Amino acid sequence: MKGMTIIVQKVTQIMCGIIFLYGIYIIMHGHLTPGGGFAGGIIIAGSFILLVIAFGSKFLALKKEETGSSILESTAILLFLAIASAGLLISGVGIFFVNFLPKGTIGNLISAGILPFFNIAVGIEVAAALVTVFLALLIYKEEST
Amino acid sequence: MGILLIIVLVLMIGGAIFSLEAKDLLSAVIAYGIVGFGLVILFLLLQAPDLALVQIVVEAITLIIMIAVIMDSTREEVKTKSKRTAAYVIISIVFAGLFLYFFNRVTGTLSAFGERAMRMSLAYIEPGAEITGSANLVTGVIFDYRGYDTLGEVTILFTAVIGVLTVLRLKGRK
Amino acid sequence: MTIYLLCIALFLIGLYGVVSKRNLIKMIIGIAIMEYSINLFLILIGYVKGGTAPILSADGVKRVFVDPLPQAMVLTAIVIGLATTALLLAIAIRLYRKYNTFDIREIKKLKG
Repeated sequence: MKGMTIIVQKVTQIMCGIIFLYGIYIIMHGHLTPGGGFAGGIIIAGSFILLVIAFGSKFLALKKEETGSSILESTAILLFLAIASAGLLISGVGIFFVNFLPKGTIGNLISAGILPFFNIAVGIEVAAALVTVFLALLIYKEEST
Repeated sequence: MGILLIIVLVLMIGGAIFSLEAKDLLSAVIAYGIVGFGLVILFLLLQAPDLALVQIVVEAITLIIMIAVIMDSTREEVKTKSKRTAAYVIISIVFAGLFLYFFNRVTGTLSAFGERAMRMSLAYIEPGAEITGSANLVTGVIFDYRGYDTLGEVTILFTAVIGVLTVLRLKGRK
Repeated sequence: MTIYLLCIALFLIGLYGVVSKRNLIKMIIGIAIMEYSINLFLILIGYVKGGTAPILSADGVKRVFVDPLPQAMVLTAIVIGLATTALLLAIAIRLYRKYNTFDIREIKKLKG
């Protein structure tokens, strides 16, 4: 797939970082404002897809399959499971999925116990999954033509 | 409020019918975008900003993937030799009528639109913030009350991605 | 009640697309429309008249909230829907490369 014109590339160059940062903001504030891991992950994936569409498939050096994002995805799901089983194994409460960290004040950024960590794990998982799907379609197209 | 919802829903139904009947696949996919973005407006009207945020990005990415697939293949609709007899039409209308009738009977047991349908909802709302410590009750329900459910959904997402990778692999691994 | 019926009419349109269309892309669109209508139905059940989004505000005023449970369920279902749609599209493009058509009758004929 070829890239687009210089105008699109320049605008993408400016906007892409902002979109990525917005995705991270959505994930970090998932327990305070609308959003969370699912929404933020999709926004981050969207910023990567925008990059690939604007700059063409040469940009990410797509020769080596989509191993990177695939590994990241598997790691994220393991991270999710690890946080969940931390409640079972090391918290002393002994319940799967228990919220064992102190809750803090409602409305602060650092509050709600382990929910922000779940948000981060799910965000990485969703972003990596969608990027993997997009790259798989793209690589299939490049290889088969 | 109610009339606004009905207007957007009628627009979505029109988009869905056009999308299924269009002769050109590209215009079919773009008309399908009407349904998705109409859903975003409905979510905002129904006080679900989390869902609107997700849906608007999901719809954009779905359209990108669908357009990429169509650009890669063909835009032509397949030719069907139309042999639609009256029997087919009658059977479809009867089935749709029956479906709507039974659906109406079933939703008749729910409380009317705009009232609390589920007794359980107050059990999530009132102590929810204290129990989970999260100001956004939706996040609290996703990761605290219904954590197992989210674990299942994440697993399904992982499986779907593995499926895509398996289907699209051209060369065997050495 | 009207709004429930319109919502399920959207479901029936998607079902019509899946059952009667011969084109793989149209069938995928039909499945996606069905999924959207069911998501919408769940959210409609959770709506409360005069309610606001289920997020506590800083001023501490007690408000009527809409039901957060269907929203949480649908939030995950939307993302799953995107992944399954992508899987279906991947199968469709693979079939197109093999048979050079989206027509499911042709694909059935060339079996074996």
